Amino acid sequence: MTSPFEYAPAPESRSIVDIKPSYGLFIDGEFVDGHGKAFKTISPATEEVLAEVAEASEADVAKAVKAARKAYDKVWGPMPGRERAKYLYRIARIIQERGRELAVLESLDNGKPIKESRDVDIPTVAAHFFYYAGWADKLEHSGFGSTPLGVAGQVIPWNFPLLMLAWKIAPALACGNTVVLKPAETTPLTALLFAEICQQADLPAGVVNIVTGAGETGRALVSHPDVDKVAFTGSTDVGRAIAKAVAGSDKKVTLELGGKAANIVFDDAPIDQAVEGIVNGIFFNQGHVCCAGSRLLVQESVAEEVLDRLKRRMSTLRVGDPLDKNTDVGAINSAEQLARIRELSDIGEQEGAGRWSPACDLPSNGFWFPPTLFTGVTQAHRIAREEIFGPVLSVLTFRTPSEAVEKANNTPYGLSAGVWTDKGSRILHMANQLRAGVVWANTFNKFDPTSPFGGYKESGYGREGGRHGLEAYLR
Amino acid sequence: MTRLDVRKTYKLYIGGAFPRSESGHSYVVNDSKGAFVANASLASRKDARDAVTAARKAFGGWSGRTAYNRAQILYRVAEIMEDRRPQFVQAVVQSEGLSASKAERVVDEAIDRLVWYAGWADKITQVVGGANPVAGPFFNLSTPEPTGVVAVLAPQASSLLGLVSVVAPAIVTGNTVVVVSSYERPLPAVTFSEVLATSDVPGGVVNILTGSAATIGPWLAGHMDVNALDLTGIAGQTALATDLEVAAADNLKRVRRAPAAEPDWTLDPGTGAMTAFLETKTVWHPIGV
Amino acid sequence: MTSSSTTAKPTGQGSSATGAPVVSADFSDITRTDASLRRFLHGLPGVDQVGAEARAASLGTRSIKTTAKEFAIDLAIRMVDLTTLEGQDTHGKVRALAAKAMHPDPADPTCPMTAAVCVYPDMVATAKEVLGDSGVHVAAVATAFPSGRAALDIKLADTHDAVEAGADEIDMVIDRGAFLSGRYKDVHDEIVAVREACARPDGTTAHLKVIFETGELQTYDNVRRASWLAMMAGGHFIKTSTGKVQPAATLPVTMIMLEAVRDFREQTGQMVGVKPAGGIRTTKDAIKYLVTVNEVAGQDWLDPDWFRFGASTLLNDLLMQRTKMKTGRYSGPDYFTLD
Repeated sequence: MTSPFEYAPAPESRSIVDIKPSYGLFIDGEFVDGHGKAFKTISPATEEVLAEVAEASEADVAKAVKAARKAYDKVWGPMPGRERAKYLYRIARIIQERGRELAVLESLDNGKPIKESRDVDIPTVAAHFFYYAGWADKLEHSGFGSTPLGVAGQVIPWNFPLLMLAWKIAPALACGNTVVLKPAETTPLTALLFAEICQQADLPAGVVNIVTGAGETGRALVSHPDVDKVAFTGSTDVGRAIAKAVAGSDKKVTLELGGKAANIVFDDAPIDQAVEGIVNGIFFNQGHVCCAGSRLLVQESVAEEVLDRLKRRMSTLRVGDPLDKNTDVGAINSAEQLARIRELSDIGEQEGAGRWSPACDLPSNGFWFPPTLFTGVTQAHRIAREEIFGPVLSVLTFRTPSEAVEKANNTPYGLSAGVWTDKGSRILHMANQLRAGVVWANTFNKFDPTSPFGGYKESGYGREGGRHGLEAYLR
Repeated sequence: MTRLDVRKTYKLYIGGAFPRSESGHSYVVNDSKGAFVANASLASRKDARDAVTAARKAFGGWSGRTAYNRAQILYRVAEIMEDRRPQFVQAVVQSEGLSASKAERVVDEAIDRLVWYAGWADKITQVVGGANPVAGPFFNLSTPEPTGVVAVLAPQASSLLGLVSVVAPAIVTGNTVVVVSSYERPLPAVTFSEVLATSDVPGGVVNILTGSAATIGPWLAGHMDVNALDLTGIAGQTALATDLEVAAADNLKRVRRAPAAEPDWTLDPGTGAMTAFLETKTVWHPIGV
Repeated sequence: MTSSSTTAKPTGQGSSATGAPVVSADFSDITRTDASLRRFLHGLPGVDQVGAEARAASLGTRSIKTTAKEFAIDLAIRMVDLTTLEGQDTHGKVRALAAKAMHPDPADPTCPMTAAVCVYPDMVATAKEVLGDSGVHVAAVATAFPSGRAALDIKLADTHDAVEAGADEIDMVIDRGAFLSGRYKDVHDEIVAVREACARPDGTTAHLKVIFETGELQTYDNVRRASWLAMMAGGHFIKTSTGKVQPAATLPVTMIMLEAVRDFREQTGQMVGVKPAGGIRTTKDAIKYLVTVNEVAGQDWLDPDWFRFGASTLLNDLLMQRTKMKTGRYSGPDYFTLD
C-alpha cells in the first residue's frame, strides 16, 4: 500500500539491554554452571544468536529442588506473610523501574512487537506481583486456607515468557511456597533477568530458582519426588503426560493447556468494535495465545459484511521488526512453530477452505507468517479443530444462538470464548451456555491479575489470577 | 554557639493545601513531658465545612480510580513514610513519650499497616462481593462501593499508628475523609499529611484538622453532606459519643461507634474497618436470547 | 459490494473502488418522517464505548518520526481552519489572523498556508479583503452559532449574509434540542434548508460543514446517528464541535465520524469530509488524528479538501515542531507570532 503517509521506521533502542554472551542457572541465589548441553537462544526476527544458555541436567534440577526445600523449611515457610509481601512489592517495583529493559529483551527473544511487550506484557507482570504481594498477609481471608504446599515445580511456555513466569511465581511465593521454574527453551532471557531482579530485591536464596533447559529438564522437574506442586502451561499433549506422571503421587497439579476458542459475532454486534475484537483475538501476539479467538463464528446474515470489514482492517496491520514501535504483528517464535503453522494452513487449503492474507512485505531473514484467514470453514475441517497457535483465523457461520453454542462447545478444548452482541441478556445467556473458563463479551484477550483464568475440559484445570488463583498454592 | 533551628508551623491539611485555620486561632501543643513544642492551628467549624467540601469534590475522582491505582498510591505513601522513618520516630517519641525503640516499632507497624491496607484495594471486592444464585433466569451480582465522605475522629493516644489505622481502611476502598487528629498529639498527623501531599494522593482525599473532637465533632456529625462517622477518637466518652450518634441520625450516617477504650492497635484489624464504610450494590439482569 | 443485511439502506450506486460514476443516492424513503429516520438511524450498528476508545488510544500510540513527521506537520498546517470566534473580535483582529493564515511562519516562506480562516459572518468581508485570491478560504459559522437556538428564518438569514459577504464555506450547528428529543426530521430538514441557502446566484454553492456539538450528544451512538443524518441531508463536511462546549473534539469521536464517512462512501460512492474542532492544541495530538484518518478512513481523506482541524493555538505548535525538524533545536514561543 503506497499511502502518502508512510510511517518511517521508529525503532526502540536496543542499547538499554545488556545481554551477556552466556548464562548459567539461577540456583540458591546465585548463577551457577549447568551440567547439561548448553544451547543458544536466537531472535526469531533476524535469526541472530542472542546468547548461550545452560541446560539443567537432572542433577542440576535436584540441586535446585534441594535449595528450594531448604529455603522453604528455614526461611520462606516460617516468614510472616507481611514480610513475604514486602519482598514481592520490591520485586514488583523493580519490574516497573526496569520495565523498558524487560520489554525490549522480551521482544528480542520472543519476537512479539515492542508495543505489546511495553504496553501489555510488562505492566501486567508488575501488576501480578503487586496483586499477589497483597495476599501474602491476608491468606486467612482467601477461603482456601493459609498453609502453603512446599516446593513448586513450574514449567512455562514461550508465548508470554515473563507474564507466564509472573502468573506462576507471584501466587506461589505469596502463599509461602518456594519455586523452581523452567522457562521455555526459546525464551529464557527475561526469566534470567528476573533472577537478577530477585537478587536486587534481596530475595532470600533458594526462594526462586530458575533452571533453563528443554523437555528433559522439564520432565526431571515435574517428576522430582520432593516437588509438592506442579504447575504447567503449554500444550495439551505435554499436559496429558504430566497428569499421567503425577498420578498416584501426592503432588498437586494445575495445567493450563491449549484452546480453540470460538469468537461469536451476532448480527447486532457493535460491528467496528467486533472487527477489532476479532483482529485482537487472533493476531495479537501473532496468534501465539492459548485463548486466541481462532474460530470466528459469525452469524450468517452479517457474514459478508463482517468479512469485508475484517479484510479491510487486516490490510492495515503492520507486520515486521518487533522492535519497531509501529509493528502490530511480530515474528513467529521459532522455525518449528512456523513449520507447524504452514503445515496446517496448507491442510486448510487442501480441505477446501478459502485462504486470504493481505499483501505483506515480509523480511527475508527470520520466521514470518502473514495474518491469514480461511473462509468457508466447517467443524469438519482440521483447521477448525486443531490448535494452530499462529495468526490464522478460521471463519465459520451459524444461524441461531443455540447453533452458535453447539458449535462453540463442540471441541475437546474449553479455555475461552468471545460473544459480540448489543443485547445484555444474550451475553449472559451465552456466557451461561459456553463451556469455557473465560468468556469475553464485547471484548477479547483482556487479562487482569484479579481475574481468574483457566480452562474447562482438555484446556486444563486450575485457575490463575484472582482470589481463585490462590487455591492451587494453599492447603 | 549552637545553631538555632528553624521551627515548623503546624497547619491544617485541606484540599491538598496547608492553610491555617480561617479563625486565626491556634493552641499550645506540648510534648509528652509538658515542654512547649508549637502553636498548632485550632480548626474551626468553618474549616470543617471547607474540608467536607474538599472531600466531596475529591470523591468522584478517587472512587473512580481503579483499585490497582489506589493500591499503588497507598503503597507509595508507605514508601515515603519509610523514607522519613527517622522523622516519624522522633515525632512519636516527642508526642507519646515512648522510648526510641518502642517508637521505632510503632512507626514500623504504621508503615506495615499501610502496606497491608494497600493490598486490600483490589481484593476486598473479591472477599465481600460475589454472584448470587437467585432462583430465576437472572444474573445477580453484589459488589461493595464506597459510601462517600467519612468524618473520622482519630485516636487520642496512638497518634500515628492509630491514625493510620483509621484513615487507611476508609480511603483504600475509595472513600474520602475528614479527620480530626488527636488533640494533644497532633504533630505526627501533620507530618503524615505532608507525606500524603507528596505521595500522589489527590488533594481532598484526606483532610486533616488539628483540633478538638468535642468542638468539631458535632459539626461533622450533623453535616448533611457527610455519609459516615468514625467515633474511635472519643473512646470512652459515652455522653459525647451518644450525642454525635444522635446528630448523625438526621441523614442516617453510617456510624462506627466509639469503643469503651482505645484499642490495641497492634492487633490484626480484620476487615471491619473497611466494611463499615462500604455499601453493597446488587445488580440484576435477565439471562435469555 | 452487496450487503445482505436486513436494515434499510439508502438506494443508490456505490462501487467507488471500481471508479464507477458516482450518483447521488436517494434517501427520501428514509428521511420522510421522524419514524422512518428513527428506524434507520437506530438500526445502525451500535458503538461499544470501551472498544472504540481502546482503538483510538491504540492509534494514538503510533510513533511518527522523521520523514513521516515532516509530512504530517506540513499536511496538518495545510488542514488548519485558523479560527477566531470571540465576542471581542474586531476587524483588526481578523486582519491579523488572515495575514497569519497566509504566512504562518514569518521566518520561513516555504511554510504552507492554512486551509482557511474561520470567523463570524460579520467578519467575512474583512477576511476576504485580506486573503484575496491567495487560496486560503473563508469559512463562516452561521445558524445562530454556537447554540443554534433561534428561529429557522433567522438562521437562514445568518447563512445568506455570510454567503453574500463571500464565505467559501459555512459551518452550521444542528439543533441539538431537536436531535436529543428525537425530532430527527427537523434536524434533517434544517440542514437541507441551510444547504440551499448556501447556493450562490452564479450556480455555485458554499460548502456546508455540519457541526454536531458532540460534547452535548454525549454517546458515540448519537455521533454515528448524527453523522448519517447530516450526510443524508447533503452536508459536505461533518464537524465535531463549536469549541465553546467541553468536551470538544476527541480522538474517539473523530474516529467514529471517520468510520461513518467511510461507510457512507462504501454505500453511496460519495465522499464527505470530517473536521474535529476545539481542544486540539499540540502537534502530537494533530498527528494522532492524521494517523486515525489514514488507518480508518483511508488515504483519500488525507487532504485539506476532506479533513480539517478547527484550531487556533495548534498552529503555533505545528510551526514550532516544524522548525525543530528543520533546525534540530527546540524552539520557543518568542519566535512565532501571536496575532
